[in-house]
Amino acid sequence: MSALPATATRANRTYRRRRVVNKVMMGLSAVALAFGLFWLVWILAVLVWEGANALRPSLFYQMTPPPGGNGGLANAIFGSVLMSGAGTLIGTPIGILAGTYLAEYGRRGWLAPATRFINDVLLAAPSIVIGLFVYAVYVARIGHFSGWAGAIALSIIVVPVVVRTTDDMLKLVPNSLREAAVALGCPTWKMITMISYRAARAGILTGILLAIARISGETAPLLFTALSNQFWAVDMNAPMANLPVVIFQFAMSPYDDWQRLAWGGACLITLLVLGINIAARLLFRKNP
Amino acid sequence: MNALAQAIPGPEPKLTVRDLDFYYGSFKALKHINLEVPERLVTAFIGPSGCGKSTLLRTFNRMFELYPEQRAEGEILFDGENLLTSKMDVSLLRAKIGMVFQKPTPFPMSIYDNVAFGVRLFEDLPRARMDERVEWALTKAALWKEVKDKLNQSGLSLSGGQQQRLCIARGIAVKPEILLLDEPCSALDPISTAKIEELISELKTDYTVVIVTHNMQQAARVSDYTAYMYLGELVEFGETDQLFLKPRMQATEDYITGRFG
Repeated sequence: MSALPATATRANRTYRRRRVVNKVMMGLSAVALAFGLFWLVWILAVLVWEGANALRPSLFYQMTPPPGGNGGLANAIFGSVLMSGAGTLIGTPIGILAGTYLAEYGRRGWLAPATRFINDVLLAAPSIVIGLFVYAVYVARIGHFSGWAGAIALSIIVVPVVVRTTDDMLKLVPNSLREAAVALGCPTWKMITMISYRAARAGILTGILLAIARISGETAPLLFTALSNQFWAVDMNAPMANLPVVIFQFAMSPYDDWQRLAWGGACLITLLVLGINIAARLLFRKNP
Repeated sequence: MNALAQAIPGPEPKLTVRDLDFYYGSFKALKHINLEVPERLVTAFIGPSGCGKSTLLRTFNRMFELYPEQRAEGEILFDGENLLTSKMDVSLLRAKIGMVFQKPTPFPMSIYDNVAFGVRLFEDLPRARMDERVEWALTKAALWKEVKDKLNQSGLSLSGGQQQRLCIARGIAVKPEILLLDEPCSALDPISTAKIEELISELKTDYTVVIVTHNMQQAARVSDYTAYMYLGELVEFGETDQLFLKPRMQATEDYITGRFG
């Protein structure tokens, strides 16, 4: 019986200390959160403030103007959509297949761990290196900048992102589900396409969306591959305008109207990336 | 005829295990197992955790082959042919020897598609025949009444006990010859357990059933033959009544009376 008060006082002392530590840590976390949010909100606020001016309908149907002229970003928006679309279409199947190999077939041997490691390196590679690489092996050989070169550079950025998410999401599918399918006499490929993909669908789609968000703002790889184009261009074998490079050029220029268009483009890309991220979250939350 | 076969007069063996050794890497998990699983009866494997009973069950449909570091040596005769030899098509074998696992594993699709999944792998049935088959399997698994109005709902929306019966329906829908049950009731409440035990007793009119269980009362209730395993060895195998009432081995008696360890 005498043990009870002793335990109570000790518990009180320990408990009080723990509460203080808890409060301090909470405070530090809140400060860190506020610090991060502060910059994010500032960036968004400046973008919207400056960009709202430029976000008018003509942005979407007029070409990039010469200095002093009126214009929009229609050719750059179109080029960006076209090259990002082509990059995604090239990169996604490769990424999904490679990720499937890593998660489903790569149980034995050294190939899968080695591939996973190299993929992680590629994932962290500076995008300017990828731009230079495509410049060296494609642009320099063809002899001119082109939309295809831009799409290839973007697809090289898409691949490691999709490989990683596909691999991770397939690894989250419980083995018991695979065993259950195989126990019914299901061949491996059918088990993967009908059970594993189905169970990991939301996660894989989220990965693709995040890859699109990632490439839609990439400047460096396009600077070395697609360059830019003042005019409306549908030919992907010719230099092609795109938002990031136009923003880069216009923002550096001394002309007010070009700078305003650059703000508009930056605002547009940011809102797009924001939208894609929100879509990815909604998708992932709806069926985890 | 070896000594063991003589110990089981009457029923024909559906599976005959001969000199089976099993390895997880270099660890020998099954040592020299000899056993005959009688046709159209229920055989139970009991024993403490880690004794190898699930491992033995997973050799019968070659499930262990999914994992590169696992291998089996010896013979398992299925209708007279060694199923461990690579000549036999493993998908076809698994269609003939179905399996239900410890945790319910409904696929992420509708209840109907869950049951039809295995059937579609081997048979191209017209819609009406498929409907019949799904109803038949769900009725057999004592689940039809509960789900007949929501066949299009996800299999994941069912309760744990219903999910396990869905998995059993999925297993019998392909019409296998043998059904392997790996602790099918360990995650279920007593009511669901009772339903599944009832179901097992009904299933043996058409199927050979092998059940792994931690629960000795369950083995006594549902099985006709029982095997007691310990540390990778088959200690005793015989008719369930005899094994529980008059075990031949002291080790078996110690285990079933709770004086184990």
